[in-house]
Amino acid sequence: MELDVRAALARLAHRLGGAGATLTEAQRLSGGASMETWAFSFDGAAGPERLILRRRSAPFDEETARSVSLATEAKLIQLTGANGARVPTVRHVCDDADGLGEAYIMVRVDGETLGRKITSDARFDAIRPALARQCGEALVAIHATPPPSGLNLKTVDAALELDRYEEVYRAAGARRPILELAFQYLRKHRPEPVDPVLLHGDFRNGNIMFDPEIGVAAVLDWELAHIGDPAEDMGWICTNSWRFGRPDRPVGGFGDYADLLAGYAAAGGRPIDLSRVRFWQMLGSLRWGVMCLTMYLSWRDGAEKPVERPMIGRRVSETEADLVVLLEQGL
Amino acid sequence: MITHPRTEELAQAVALWIDQIRPTLDPRNAFLARVAANAMATISREITQGPAAEAEAVRLMGEVLGRSGTHAELNAELCDRIQSGEMTVETPGLLAALTVIARDQIAIDQPNYRPEGSLSPTP
Repeated sequence: MELDVRAALARLAHRLGGAGATLTEAQRLSGGASMETWAFSFDGAAGPERLILRRRSAPFDEETARSVSLATEAKLIQLTGANGARVPTVRHVCDDADGLGEAYIMVRVDGETLGRKITSDARFDAIRPALARQCGEALVAIHATPPPSGLNLKTVDAALELDRYEEVYRAAGARRPILELAFQYLRKHRPEPVDPVLLHGDFRNGNIMFDPEIGVAAVLDWELAHIGDPAEDMGWICTNSWRFGRPDRPVGGFGDYADLLAGYAAAGGRPIDLSRVRFWQMLGSLRWGVMCLTMYLSWRDGAEKPVERPMIGRRVSETEADLVVLLEQGL
Repeated sequence: MITHPRTEELAQAVALWIDQIRPTLDPRNAFLARVAANAMATISREITQGPAAEAEAVRLMGEVLGRSGTHAELNAELCDRIQSGEMTVETPGLLAALTVIARDQIAIDQPNYRPEGSLSPTP
């Protein structure tokens, strides 16, 4: 499969860079279960270009069935970028002639995505105090982008989210008192509905490219984009599973709630109450707990048996350890 | 139980061996090997800490429910009574019991995980 991708990228170099263009580098960066990311470069008449390929390498599985197509992802990056969001530049959406399957190409953005480096590496010490505010600002341009029609984006609210995750939890057959209590509590404390907006859907430390000099460089990984409560995107980046060992810094392990909210309001976002963010944060822990259960089930019931899946299943207890504290604190 | 070696020592031996060969593996297998070594460490902790954690959970759930039973029975009844709405965060002793149970479980699954509230906020 690796050879196929390299050969296809070499052909793509001609298509994008002209007849004389040559592929100078191609390296697979990471492999999710169903998604591949490659860094590659080519040199052509117009000079060298450093690019990123994102391609789907396996059919949708149950968990990713909720995700959007890569063509939709590319479209959303273009639309939010045109509205001022910090996103990569889409260079090319692949078609059948490229032989890469479902894929698109974007211009490479330099920086760091590893969550623990952002929270703990000395390179980020100077910029770290500015990041929560920048994340708030970054969300405004996304949320203010009119949701495009014709892309089949799902609209969800708190009640629908709780229904969906409870259905998955019940079907799993696991009996977990803390998850039961979290479902019950969150149902009782649902916030008033708001006008739904375009959401990134997976806005957390790990999916944002940070630059040690400028901070937020690009918001990546748009596959869970949907339409819903703007506080959902804020709550997810505050969920403790994405704080990478720094629970004392609620926003991504690098910043404070007040800075996230102030950045959002200052950039023109409709002000959001902290309690609303905390609701979605608690729902975020519950969501991640159910997703961990799903990972275990995909190992138990699926044909593929990678060892990380049942071990992710053991991460349900991290969400329980967080949820009992949040339930004790209350919203 | 056999003591020379104990079961958790077998798990430790496998984990050490995985760590030894890890540098020779390609990136994907090196990652999976690290996960496998972590799995062996979890098994080792469950063997050494699991029985006391389960006994504590049985005692705590029994107190909340006011009856005795096996772990599976008490756990299932607790879930049923929360799901039905009979028990809530207001139920005396419930959250306190679940907090201890959660801490014992994370100590087995991920002892390095820092839960919500486990570090005081930076000034």
